[in-house]
Amino acid sequence: MSNEKQVEKMTDIMAKFVALTGKILPDDVKAKLSELREKEDDPMAKVIYDTMFRNQELAEKLDRPCCQDTGVLQFWVKCGTGFPLIGELEALLKEAVIKATKEAPLRHNSVETFDEYNTGKNVGKGTPTVWWDIVPGSDECEIYTYMAGGGCTLPGQAMVLMPGEGYEGITKFVLDRMTSYGLNACPPLLVGVGVATSVETAALLSKKALMRDIGSHNTNERAAKMEKLLEDGINAIGLGPQGMGGKYSVMGVHIENTARHPSAIGVAVNVGCWSHRRGHIIFGKDLSYTILSHKGAKL
Amino acid sequence: MVEIRDGKKVLITPISAEDLKDIRIGDIVYLDGSLTTCRDVAHRRVVEEGREIPVDVRGNAILHAGPIIRPLENDKFEMVSVGPTTSMRMEKFEYDFVKITGVRVIVGKGGMKENTERACKEFGAIHCVFPAGNAVVAAVEVEEIVRAEWRDLGMPETLWNCRVKEFGPLIVSIDSQGRNYFEEKKKIYNKIKDEQVELISKQVGFIK
Ligand code: SF4
Repeated sequence: MSNEKQVEKMTDIMAKFVALTGKILPDDVKAKLSELREKEDDPMAKVIYDTMFRNQELAEKLDRPCCQDTGVLQFWVKCGTGFPLIGELEALLKEAVIKATKEAPLRHNSVETFDEYNTGKNVGKGTPTVWWDIVPGSDECEIYTYMAGGGCTLPGQAMVLMPGEGYEGITKFVLDRMTSYGLNACPPLLVGVGVATSVETAALLSKKALMRDIGSHNTNERAAKMEKLLEDGINAIGLGPQGMGGKYSVMGVHIENTARHPSAIGVAVNVGCWSHRRGHIIFGKDLSYTILSHKGAKL
Repeated sequence: MVEIRDGKKVLITPISAEDLKDIRIGDIVYLDGSLTTCRDVAHRRVVEEGREIPVDVRGNAILHAGPIIRPLENDKFEMVSVGPTTSMRMEKFEYDFVKITGVRVIVGKGGMKENTERACKEFGAIHCVFPAGNAVVAAVEVEEIVRAEWRDLGMPETLWNCRVKEFGPLIVSIDSQGRNYFEEKKKIYNKIKDEQVELISKQVGFIK
């Protein structure tokens, strides 16, 4: 296949995959929502969950985006240095978003800053967002797609604490956000927490934490313990679906971490809403692909 | 008018203050009749610029939302996807908006505050939450888009006057007594949150 043909093929697959991400929730999110729905007994919480499940069925049946805010597209790419389209990837993803915007259809969510006009294509300067991890010696390309909504994952928050504030300070930072920003972000939430050395390192980790499968744990024992403590703590607040009350507030809490400067603890919180539209796909060097997030999905 | 249909409480437009008298925060209701999308700029036009709203919402309902619409033939439209947007952005206009327009039911996302509480109490209105993220459910509950006004505002901001059937569930967040579900809940949430911070903090003293 010529390079041009390859680009066309991958653009096409990614456009379809983006559209799918906007219509059908990933398997882990579906399973977790079912579990939480079962465990709520408050009549109001039940009515809200019933509406959510009816919505997802209708979206699939009528082939429409399940939430009207189809977000800004964000891609986290783990690309092997030997992947043949590494040089074309960023431009190709932009093209795929334009295509998906027409075909899905997606809402036009790209406004150029300063000039303040909507591009009408759902892409603009620097959007979609692409984060790169380069993987030496690999010829595969792994891509997470994410629809980042205006009410949930875009308004995250980050701060650098003094070491004296410790992990107690992190706890307070996270929980304080749950009754303010989290309340309006369409619970049950997936909470991403970054613990690192500065605002931007913590912030990026808090986003990447949302790409992890629900039910996975941080490999560090203490971090995993803190994930559990925060999860139970936030559930105890009782936000329930839509923040209107219920036994559970979150689908999970994921912490991602790095080392830090001795005099700083960077912490960030980023939440995904119940309609956590994340996709995960892996391409081989011949552009054969495997969809990990939506088992059995056809593009 | 209020009707109980298969155990559901359905408000049918036009709605009177009397109809809302026994409805309380936390109640779940549905709506039949006239619902018009109305958000930021439309509120500004009515309240700040004193323009007359071209769709009569007196006794009817508005929805804080910007929908995805598909144009059909003969100036007809189809609702593809519609979901509430954050009501709080309209808070600073809502007292005057209710006073001027006589709207009875305001539907949106999340809570509102004092201005809206005051309006609901003084003029007999309610604010309800439609569970957000359920854009397809909301769209299929729209039977017809009857009129489109202030089209110069673009698709999200146009006043889309819809005829809806059992539109909901709508959870009452401010009732006509001025009680506020979210504000009352928030007090409880914050209290538990503070207790939990203390509890967890005892177990995460990793810096020794
Ligand atoms: S927070 Fe999520 S579900 Fe709620 S309106 Fe925004 S994108 Fe949709």
